[in-house]
Amino acid sequence: MPVLIPRSVDELVDIFQEHPAAKLLAGGTDYMVEVNLHGRKPETMISLRQVKELSEWSVRSTQRSITIGAGLPYADMEHGEIARLVPALAQAARTVGSPQIRAAGTLGGNLGTCSPAGDSLPVLAALNATIHVIGPDGNRDVEFSDFMIGVKKNSLRPAEFVHSVSMPIVDGWQGYAKVGTRNAMVISTASACLVRDSDEGIVSIALGSVGPTVIRCHGAETWLMKTMSLRAESTLDPVVAQEFGQRVAQESRPIDDHRSTAEYRRHAVGVLAQRLLLRSFS
Amino acid sequence: MSINIPVSGQSNEIYSLSVNGQVHQVKDAWIGESLLYVLRERLGLPGSKGACEQGECGSCTVIVDSKAVCSCLVMAADAVNTEILTVEGLGPNGALTDVQSAFLSEGGVQCGFCTPGFIVAVHHLLESNPSPTDDEIREALSGNICRCTGYGRILEAVRTVADQRRTNS
Repeated sequence: MPVLIPRSVDELVDIFQEHPAAKLLAGGTDYMVEVNLHGRKPETMISLRQVKELSEWSVRSTQRSITIGAGLPYADMEHGEIARLVPALAQAARTVGSPQIRAAGTLGGNLGTCSPAGDSLPVLAALNATIHVIGPDGNRDVEFSDFMIGVKKNSLRPAEFVHSVSMPIVDGWQGYAKVGTRNAMVISTASACLVRDSDEGIVSIALGSVGPTVIRCHGAETWLMKTMSLRAESTLDPVVAQEFGQRVAQESRPIDDHRSTAEYRRHAVGVLAQRLLLRSFS
Repeated sequence: MSINIPVSGQSNEIYSLSVNGQVHQVKDAWIGESLLYVLRERLGLPGSKGACEQGECGSCTVIVDSKAVCSCLVMAADAVNTEILTVEGLGPNGALTDVQSAFLSEGGVQCGFCTPGFIVAVHHLLESNPSPTDDEIREALSGNICRCTGYGRILEAVRTVADQRRTNS
């Protein structure tokens, strides 16, 4: 059971094809907890640490999009150019674990684990992010809505891995909000990301930790866009914001578990949605 | 070519880690061993402490390639070709660093279990941000848990070192 350490994407493709049952190791912040505390026996490991290309990111200003490598740690999204272009992602990144966790944990790791509580995932859903996947049969692009298919389940095929994620640079307000039991070092009990494209007059909202997958609230979005204008110059009636929150809560599918109750989660996520919408007009 | 680091399930494979500027060979390791375990149990470096083993407490904080991380969440065999710095490697020849002295003078140490993790995290903070605000100190140390001091004296120790370094520079 070796640890295989490719140095390039090409080597990674080859090694993964030779060892399709191998486990990919990115920051280790999920996997090592399984090993340390839950008796997981490591299988053949493929370390991504030294595949430099995976931690790169770039902006395509002509297409108004940003592409972030699967291996970029959260710490690199909290500040600077990425935070300026995708503020909701920076806000989500800043709520992940602690500085030590954010120095290690990656976007690709969040997508690989695909936990409903993954902090970056509602942002990717609200922005209609595209996941660039590489595998034995070449490259393919997967929309986020087709990527996350269940609790800790994604649609990656054998020997496929996430190379990078592209998301649009949107004109307008965007934000991420999260409820947990503390201010730092907390896995969310409910989270939400709202993106308001004030050029197009479009809103999108996605929820975390209140269903088996991240949930896009298409019903509430459509209702809001029919009810009012979301363009830059418009104003928000607080009663509309309240009903938006209630409609979002109705679209959530939370459960009772060790972290919270379904009832609390449904309430909290509605409050988050209302609050994010109000913030987008303040 | 890729490196096939031969770490095996049970048998006698060997890999090397660079810790505090010295190359150490790790023998007979199990693949699932964390960097924390290898440092403490195989390399004789017990300064990094193990408590939660899930990245919540920060007691095991070390620097890997200039980043402060939880060594309990690093697979040791995956840390080959990195530069690892532990609390033992901060001061020259075992002498106390200014951060360690300030923790003593300001009363930032009680039971001491969390202290090495804090010391490493503070060194890392002041390296990148020599004049942190109180909020920046709190955020930088939000991954290190202390159950004794109530944090006030730890924050004071960080302020003291930052002031000293400014005065001396």
